[in-house]
Amino acid sequence: MEVDKKEEIASDSSEQVVNPWEVSAKDGGKIDYDKLIDQFGCQRLDESLIDRVERLTSRQPHVFLRRGVFFAHRDFDLVLDAYERGDKFYLYTGRGPSSEALHLGHLIPFMFTKYLQEAFKVPLVIQLTDDEKCMWKNLSVEESQRLARENAKDIIACGFDVTKTFIFSDFDYVGGAFYKNMVKVAKCVTLNKAMGIFGFSGEDHIGKLSFPPVQDPYFRMTRDVAPRLGYSKPALIESTFFPALQASGENGKMSASDPNSAIYVTDTAKDIKNKINRYAFSGGQDSIEKHREIGANLEVDIPVKYLSFFLEDDAELEHIKKEYGEGRMLTGEVKKRLTEVLTGMVERHRMARAAVTEEMVDAFMAVRPLPNMFE
Amino acid sequence: MGFSKDHLLARLQELQIDYSKYEHPPVLTVEEQAKYVSSSEGALSKNLLLKDKKNRYYIVSAMTDTKVDMKVLSQRLGLGKGGIRMAPEEALSELLQVSLGCVTPFAVVNESARDVSLLLDQKFKNQTRCIFHPLSNDVSISLNTLGLDKFLQSIGRDSVYIDLEANPVVGKDQPPDLAVYVPSNSVVVPELPTKTASIQTASKNVSAEKTKPVASAKPSKLASNVKSAVEDSALLVFKNPEKFVEEILDKTTALLLSEGKGENVEALAETFRKRLTSEFTHLAVMYKNTAYSQGFYAGTQSQPKRP
Repeated sequence: MEVDKKEEIASDSSEQVVNPWEVSAKDGGKIDYDKLIDQFGCQRLDESLIDRVERLTSRQPHVFLRRGVFFAHRDFDLVLDAYERGDKFYLYTGRGPSSEALHLGHLIPFMFTKYLQEAFKVPLVIQLTDDEKCMWKNLSVEESQRLARENAKDIIACGFDVTKTFIFSDFDYVGGAFYKNMVKVAKCVTLNKAMGIFGFSGEDHIGKLSFPPVQDPYFRMTRDVAPRLGYSKPALIESTFFPALQASGENGKMSASDPNSAIYVTDTAKDIKNKINRYAFSGGQDSIEKHREIGANLEVDIPVKYLSFFLEDDAELEHIKKEYGEGRMLTGEVKKRLTEVLTGMVERHRMARAAVTEEMVDAFMAVRPLPNMFE
Repeated sequence: MGFSKDHLLARLQELQIDYSKYEHPPVLTVEEQAKYVSSSEGALSKNLLLKDKKNRYYIVSAMTDTKVDMKVLSQRLGLGKGGIRMAPEEALSELLQVSLGCVTPFAVVNESARDVSLLLDQKFKNQTRCIFHPLSNDVSISLNTLGLDKFLQSIGRDSVYIDLEANPVVGKDQPPDLAVYVPSNSVVVPELPTKTASIQTASKNVSAEKTKPVASAKPSKLASNVKSAVEDSALLVFKNPEKFVEEILDKTTALLLSEGKGENVEALAETFRKRLTSEFTHLAVMYKNTAYSQGFYAGTQSQPKRP
């Protein structure tokens, strides 16, 4: 399935722009997710699908599903069909380890993947594309490998089961069977097509061509190629963007290069409190009187948005939205609750991270049998 | 030491906040200050540092003619009738890093004052300019409340203006209207003669919180050493079966004690499952991973069996 080159490169602000390198909404408004779904040809992850997941896994669906954070998919229903039949599937996710500092936005796909692993009891493969980052971000090979290992520790701290999880770094692992597959896939993709999908030009060095950035277009390309090689197409689940603290009108993703745009897993309780208080964009009104009269603007309020990602209790979230939206609760209270929730999360992560030894990383990254991976 | 007045004035300039500065001999009272700064420059303020029985502190900054009734204020904060009083002198220097006669809204710029609640007289808003000490009582500055608000915002504070003369009924159906401004954290201000008191309190805070080693203890060098020792022993929970079980029982009993009053047993059991499942699963997975990794490592080092 071809993707029109024009769509990818367009930066006209009258259209919303979503591509691997840029995210911006139309005329500074909200990102239209329905349009995204149309534009990329995937399907909505609707109530019925979520109910089905609940039935099949006999547990409450993950908070990210309940709140519509993971909102679109390709062929997830087919995966559920396969699961119901008793067929096996495995999970795949990855990270380009470009900076040591991981923020909450980075953790989201891993938190969700961990839930999928537990709920469906399936194995997981995590790819750390240190070679990609080496090429794109101009890091040395050694530095990319070091970052990959550091990131692996944070990933492991999310709670993946070592008896069902394999983590690999491209530099360590590519070769042998993996390389053979790579070549098979590469043969199915013409230069023109790669340029069309990823917008390469004559100036980009050839390393980039043999390794397109891992994002949706890459997967769509894989889905296109897989049947030609006799494999089933991978299914995909896609999430909404996690807003930066200062995001006004959902314009930006969190950025690892601006420390105040995000909460990092290394932040102390004090840092978190300060960042939320100082930088989290508030939808509350300017004065208390006005606020009590009109209520908060929940559309742009970042603290409420963050709570919708991370506050597990549905009833409490609803209560906060109601009270805050109708002006009875003040921004300070919402921020305080958010600070509590995030501090708890970051503390737990830090504890778990501290328990990840070099040996544990070695174990996760060793090529070894996984006899119990479906239990 | 804390912020200096020059530091503060420089910051105001950086933020492009308009103010006028008046230098004079040090003054300890509003009457004295009025001798040097005329009312045409702006409205003088009286500033109080108050403290409640739970060691929480409040700066009340008001127009000089506003009546501040401590009993009423105490009730409106939800502290009962006699819950609030003037803070002792040590608090001025320890918390606000200012000297006597120098309480000012600007004192909250100091980290040590982060838990101090700042309550401003709403009558300030009707004034063109108001006069405060910029952290030193030999200088006064006058500025508009918008300038003060901008400054407060720059340090992550919301400006809280209240009608200090209001006397609303506080009762069963009328909750205290200012309760929301009570700080969430109390502060330990050591008594002047024995400084060691504060260090002892800090370590007591840290060691008591075994299950949350990186909690909100007051920052101090000693506390951080104690903290990392506590963290190492906390990691044992992933390696040592007894510690593992202890952690689970600690968390469960804590929840029981906090939620178990008057709940029927079935509802309580549900609460337990809901609140603890995810946390315990995470704990168990890390325990499993640790055991596996130790075994894996041992495997890589083991000698092959002798034939």
